[in-house]
Amino acid sequence: MRLTDQEQAMRAGELGPAVQWAIEHQIKVGEYLGAADFVAVSQAHIMADTESLGTAGVEWLERVASLPWEQRQVRIPTITDPRGTDFAAAHRLKQQPWMLELERRAINAFEALGILMTNTCINYQTIMPPLFGEHVAYGDTGVVIYCNSVCGARSNFEGGPSALSAALTGRTPRYGYHLAERRRASLLIEVTFTPRALDEWGALGGIIGRLAGDYWQVPAIAGVDRIPSSDEIKHFGAALASYGSVALFHMMGITPEAQRESDVFGPNAARPAHSVGEAEIRAFQKSYTDEIDCVDLVVFSAPQLSLLELQQVAALLDGRRATIPLLVVTSPPVKADADRLGLSSRIETAGGTVLSGMCFYQSYAREMAEANGWHRLATNSAKLTNIIGGYGYKPALLSMEACVAAACNDGRIGQ
Amino acid sequence: MTANTFFAKAGMGQKTTATALVAKDGFSARYDLDRLRGVFSRAEHKLAGQSYVGRVLVLDAAKGGVATAWMLHEMKARGVMPAALVLNAANPIMVQGVAFADFTMISDFDLDITQAIPNGAMVEVEPSAERPFIRVLAE
Repeated sequence: MRLTDQEQAMRAGELGPAVQWAIEHQIKVGEYLGAADFVAVSQAHIMADTESLGTAGVEWLERVASLPWEQRQVRIPTITDPRGTDFAAAHRLKQQPWMLELERRAINAFEALGILMTNTCINYQTIMPPLFGEHVAYGDTGVVIYCNSVCGARSNFEGGPSALSAALTGRTPRYGYHLAERRRASLLIEVTFTPRALDEWGALGGIIGRLAGDYWQVPAIAGVDRIPSSDEIKHFGAALASYGSVALFHMMGITPEAQRESDVFGPNAARPAHSVGEAEIRAFQKSYTDEIDCVDLVVFSAPQLSLLELQQVAALLDGRRATIPLLVVTSPPVKADADRLGLSSRIETAGGTVLSGMCFYQSYAREMAEANGWHRLATNSAKLTNIIGGYGYKPALLSMEACVAAACNDGRIGQ
Repeated sequence: MTANTFFAKAGMGQKTTATALVAKDGFSARYDLDRLRGVFSRAEHKLAGQSYVGRVLVLDAAKGGVATAWMLHEMKARGVMPAALVLNAANPIMVQGVAFADFTMISDFDLDITQAIPNGAMVEVEPSAERPFIRVLAE
């Protein structure tokens, strides 16, 4: 990789060992992935729940945090993905003290670097969405795909160590979706049914993710007959990223880089095409409900809920009572607004639990299952259905309405 | 080199020799593994229930989210980890995780590597050669 004088100084250790480690890490990654040089980034977003970090990762962070301030401080605004707990509700989830202690240690270390603990995967709805063409270093696949596709920003998936590296150096290797030529579509999806409910949008994302298959594919979606809402495209993108490891899509006539088909397909480019309609979406949903007639809990999470989603959950619960655990997960600022607007109290009066700053699958999901006797889970998040099976759960993908109905009927589905 | 040697476009880490565990399926540390027990845990995965500890994993594509970037480091610290990763298609998260954990991976071949390597074969992975490769030593 070509290095500037400043980057060579970083590599030589002139800005301290943390920056030196960071740029060496970035060079390793950049050389593997064919980056010619670095690009300056304006923000970083770090995924670093302690279930992923483990004790070894937290101890590593603590070593960085122990350096002098001028050697450890981040150089660009840096925020965080959800944590592994909501401290105020950890006892209700039967999380163990060691989990909370590890979280506290990680938070202390991040704060010592000057990182803002936003604890959210919906920063594009709540903190500061990037602008068209803005280069950023974001973690969380749902964040990256939304910001790349809907905002027209430029980011690769930046895992925790790489996002932290970008925060420390203020740059990232220029490969993948920082390059205009990489942002061309590689396959065309003709949609013959525009989803209505959020779980349908997630199902469509899941189907296209499976068709795409890997990170380097960029699907262009044609046929969506209206402008989706931010929440709809959030669920679509999160599922597409989860099932396909996809970081960028174009929606013809809707997303900013796809006003015309010629914008996203190069001249004479091959256009492998697929058609996805209502039958495929119903089959996808059915594949997650065929063997489940009753669930142990309902989870709204992944991504965290917007204020409007919280309002919808609250409205569905009015006058009803959840008889199994019903967890509603959102970001700290949305939780504060939901408290102020009475949404949290409406949900909790009906037996639900509103959790802040965490995400269900990033919060020791296996240990929570064992401690609470949870096995079968209903959600309207296709992303969560894709992930949570690895933690031993059997997930059912239902609409928000059907999830609430199940929660209020001892977990029975469809009654 | 023989017909049992397959070249990758990129590699990172140290030379490794171990038994191959092969499947035409994806890989994500969060989505697919019980990292405490060291087994594939997602029921739908073609290697469900099998131990990955000490094996060269020969799989199709990197899948899932960003957590693997931390998790490989955590797995290595506890010694419950594969010997190496060999993928048809890597994604940035897998590269970042391998770099952070000082782990071994090669990826991107001219053929489907999951069809070329027999499951259970003893293989050598050499990521630092001018052309990184995997070689079948014994079937």
